[in-house]
Amino acid sequence: MPDQAARSAVRDAFARHRLSWLDALPWLAAALVYVLLPHYLALATQVMIMIAFALALDLALGYGGIATLGHAAFFGIGAYAAGLYALKISGEPISGLLVAAVAAGLAGIASGALILRTRGLTLVTLTLAIATMLHEFANSWKSLTGGADGLYGFRIAPVLGRFPFDLFGRTGFLYAAAVLACLFFLSKALVNSPFGLTMRGIRDNPVRMRMLGVPVKRRLITLYAISAAVAGIAGGLSAQVTKLVGLDSLAFSLSGNVLVMLILGGTGSLYGAFLGATAFVVLSDRAAAVSPFHWLFALGILLILAVRYAPQGLAGLLADAARGLMKRMRRA
Amino acid sequence: MLKLTATVLALLVDGISYGMILFLMSVGLTITLGVMRIANLAHCGFAMVGGYIGYALATQAGLGLGLSLPLAAAATMLLGLALERTLFRWVYAVSELKQILMTIGLAFVMIASVNALFGSNMNTVPVPALLAGTLTLGFLSLSTYRFFIVLVSTAIAVCLWLVLEHTDYGARLRAAVDNPRMARCIGIDVPRLFAGTFALGCGLAAVAGVLGSQFLPLEPWYALEYLVPVLLVVAVGGLGSMKGSFYAALLLGVIDTFGRYYIPAAGAFVIYLVVLAALLWRPQGVFARA
Repeated sequence: MPDQAARSAVRDAFARHRLSWLDALPWLAAALVYVLLPHYLALATQVMIMIAFALALDLALGYGGIATLGHAAFFGIGAYAAGLYALKISGEPISGLLVAAVAAGLAGIASGALILRTRGLTLVTLTLAIATMLHEFANSWKSLTGGADGLYGFRIAPVLGRFPFDLFGRTGFLYAAAVLACLFFLSKALVNSPFGLTMRGIRDNPVRMRMLGVPVKRRLITLYAISAAVAGIAGGLSAQVTKLVGLDSLAFSLSGNVLVMLILGGTGSLYGAFLGATAFVVLSDRAAAVSPFHWLFALGILLILAVRYAPQGLAGLLADAARGLMKRMRRA
Repeated sequence: MLKLTATVLALLVDGISYGMILFLMSVGLTITLGVMRIANLAHCGFAMVGGYIGYALATQAGLGLGLSLPLAAAATMLLGLALERTLFRWVYAVSELKQILMTIGLAFVMIASVNALFGSNMNTVPVPALLAGTLTLGFLSLSTYRFFIVLVSTAIAVCLWLVLEHTDYGARLRAAVDNPRMARCIGIDVPRLFAGTFALGCGLAAVAGVLGSQFLPLEPWYALEYLVPVLLVVAVGGLGSMKGSFYAALLLGVIDTFGRYYIPAAGAFVIYLVVLAALLWRPQGVFARA
């Protein structure tokens, strides 16, 4: 009997991460937004950029258990790399994203090798220190980054040489959607691979994984670098679509916001990033138009209540609701 | 030579007073982290709330610093006690991330409330005329107020040390830090001890908020603005170690002040480099017991 239970647990663990009809939903939603809400394309593009960023954080945090309050460091490195590439070398967007990914990924390897031997609060503090240091660095090296004014005045060439960025943000929207889809399916493949399973093992019990012969630290650094590269792509995307890179792309508030989005959405499922980032960006856009401080107050209350009443995040709430519905339907 | 000495001494007083403010802010945080295992990102919010209460008492009620400082500390302690009994109780047993989420939420609520009540301008608690000028000792001229901060906070630190080392309460607290389960087994009421200590930490943060407002001016984002240096102090000092926090705060305050003065171009990130190196060298905190 316990054998059967174990087998079904393993089956569940895999089933939860296989492709399902759920994976079509975001792209359906994106298509609907494109057709029905043409005035909100800029906001929707912003949502997708933040989804990509939250996805990156989910890889590190949800699958590797790496707690960080400094992931904006990689978003910002990607944004500045893409901006500088467009400004100094070429406006070609896809190579720009690759440059952003490589720059952020290398930074991930370097900082990961330094800090991933620590855990818990020390790790959180170190990620925070590194991100704050980069922020100060970008602020003082004005000749490269433009300091507080930011980087601007660069042009982005048409995507694939065919689709120029238009005034209404249509190309930007479709471009961001395509990049996000690539990132999502690659992440999905990654977390379902043997590497992804190893990472979940490390997250749940690093000592035991080391005893099984897994090079824990090297795996953690690899995951951290991948997560950093994805965050860098999100940053690069933001730079290319908005044609502006500001210091806020390295700021503590961005690190905090993306963490809030992910935990609100739910960690360790990849879907949480979609739910959390969409809810957060849309709500904060609407509410900030009314009053930023009232929004902050409401958000604070929401966070406190969420920890108490929805510990698994929005994704957990939805899953619970779906399970309850199924049970009731089966009974009927 | 005389001028150099005067500059160095003046910088030293500035650095030490900044460090002492950081120390007062970090006492509560190092205890919540080391003892209760709660990553309390709202801790600087208590310093801010205390600072604003002091500001309101001094400007609107017209009280002097001598009255508004203890009143602000007492009010913040009550607030801390009330929150510990309710919100913080919810997150004792959940993961670090949930704690971070909850306390960020609390910090947001504090920021929004302070903004609604006091607006988004920068405010400082007025300094009494007695402490306003500069102190001239021969070739030295030091800010009287900075000197006053050093004196007051040193007195507080000495009191803390006496309480910790020489009273029953201190012995209980040290026992609870070292081994909460064993402390409970021998009949120490650990939750009550924590609640009292949490409130004490909030009160000390409020003192820092009021006293430090001359160079860390009060504004709504204060709660997150100074969180980074305070977290650095706690991490370098070692979680749960007040003595560690004391040395770390002094060191960081002095290094930061000298860094900003002598290498202005790189000034702001000298401190982060130092902290990074320190934590890589000893991840458990430089001043932690091995």
